[in-house]
Order: sequence, then C-alpha cells, then structure tokens
Amino acid sequence: MKFAVLVFPGSNCDLDMYHTIKDVLGEEVEYVWHDATDLSAYDGILVPGGFSYGDYLRCGAMANQSNVMEEVKKAAAAGKPVLGVCNGFQILTEAGLLPGALLRNKNLKFICKDVNLRVVNNDTLFTNQYNKDEVITIPIAHGEGNYYCDAETLEQLQQNNQIVFTYESENPNGSLADIAGIVNERGNVLGMMPHPERAADEVLGNTQGLTLFKSIVKQWRESNVNQA
Amino acid sequence: MKKVKVYVTLRESILDPQGSAVQGSLHNMGYEEVVDVRIGKYLELQIEPKERDMDTLIKEMCEKLLTNTVIEDYRYEVEEAN
Repeated sequence: MKFAVLVFPGSNCDLDMYHTIKDVLGEEVEYVWHDATDLSAYDGILVPGGFSYGDYLRCGAMANQSNVMEEVKKAAAAGKPVLGVCNGFQILTEAGLLPGALLRNKNLKFICKDVNLRVVNNDTLFTNQYNKDEVITIPIAHGEGNYYCDAETLEQLQQNNQIVFTYESENPNGSLADIAGIVNERGNVLGMMPHPERAADEVLGNTQGLTLFKSIVKQWRESNVNQA
Repeated sequence: MKKVKVYVTLRESILDPQGSAVQGSLHNMGYEEVVDVRIGKYLELQIEPKERDMDTLIKEMCEKLLTNTVIEDYRYEVEEAN
C-alpha cells in the first residue's frame, strides 16, 4: 500500500507519520508538497499535525486553499482512506470533508500529554483492529482541539455512528460530547486530535496507535484481493 | 481605492473562553457593569474595485477564507481609502 504524507509550510508531524509507515509498518510512503496537483498514485492520504501557515487567521484555513486540497477532495470522493491528525483534522474540517470545527481549548492552554480514548466505533477502515469500547492511551498536543458542531450535526454524527473516538474519564479540551475523532458519512475520512503516529513505535513505550495504521493496511489489502 | 473593515467574532451560540476570562478580570477590577465580553478579529483590506461587485467580492472572501461560518459571524464596513 502506498501512502502520501502531505507537507505544508509549518507541518511538523510529517516525519513521525513517514517513520510509522515506512520503518514500523514497512509500507510505501512519500512526502507530497502542498502545491502538488496529482495524488492518483497513492492509496492513502495522511494529513499530519503541526502549525500549517503558522496557524495564522485560523488553524488550517490557509492550508485548505493549497492546490493539494483539491486532490485530497478527489481522493476522498474516490473512497480512498484520508487521515487527518491534529492540524490535519483542523484542515479537513476547514475543507468541509468533515463537519464541525475545532475551537480553542476550553482552559485556553496548549495541552501536551497522554489521554485515554474509547474506541466507540471499531467498524471503520481505521479501527477494525481495535475492539469495540477498548480504551487506549494516545498523546495529544494541541491548543485548538475543542470540537464543535451544531445540535443537528451532532445528532447526525451519532445516528450514523460517525463518532469514532471519545475522551475517556477526562475531557482535556471541552470538546462537544467528548469527541476526539470522527469519520465522514462514507467512513473513509477520519479526523482526530490525538496523535496515533506518536504511539506507534516500541522504543517509545506505546504502540496502541500503530493498530490504527494496521487497520488501514488490512482493509486495503482485503479489498484489493477481492478486486483481483 | 476603498478601505474595507471586517469584524469577526465567534457566533453567539459559542462560548468564548477568552472573553469570559477577560470579563472575570474586569469584574475583579471592580467593573461589575460589564455583562459580557466577546473577543474577535479585525481585518483591514485595501481594495481597488474593478468590474466585480464589491459586496459580492467581500462576502466571497469572508466565506471562503477570512471566516469559518460554522463558528464565526462577520460584518464589514466599506470606506473611501485616503
């Protein structure tokens, strides 16, 4: 499986994503600069965390105007897996690929620590290797992770099972309904504030995030075998 | 040349934690009269009008980039630039 890791000016989790895919999972991966105009060579798109364009104006607002985002929309429409982590999640909401928005943390602080997450939905291409309601520990590092959407959208998210991860035991940022990660209606675009790529290598003492990347690869292999 | 002043604030339905913190400080300072504080952004654009309609142009820019209408409201004023 071949992944693209998007790189915007100010991305800083791109190396962790790349390392996870290449060195830990052993799959193909390339960095793709924000002005790229073709993503058709890739089977999965990873939108990493960081501070694209310095978070000027609004997190993810200017990254969303990059050439590559039109291609990300095409990839999403084609059903390819698209994962946005942290700033990547913010960019995907700005792009309208996921509903809602990320507001300033309720306590106004940048929070960098491990949090517990509940896998609310393990029936997605991103979470099929987790158990339902499994509680995992994944680090967060953000100042704007307070998920918000209107009541109608929240009801849709709940009805369609689009809430994938929720904060367990403690909500660090004030997010609505303890939301930590959601998928689009089709289930092939996931945005999440916690960083699975920072919990994917044995030397770091936690590989609970690796399961997410393994899920993506497993699903892709199975659907490819079926097609062949 | 026109000067366009754009004011952006969080939508009324959304809690503004910065505004609440500032309101708390003002109360501590004895300004109990303050009922609410909302913190927002102010943008100033110098625009040389061409064929395109100014209002359409400004609204487009506001809704495509300058604001996120999921969480923010905006209003603007157009003045003659000096």
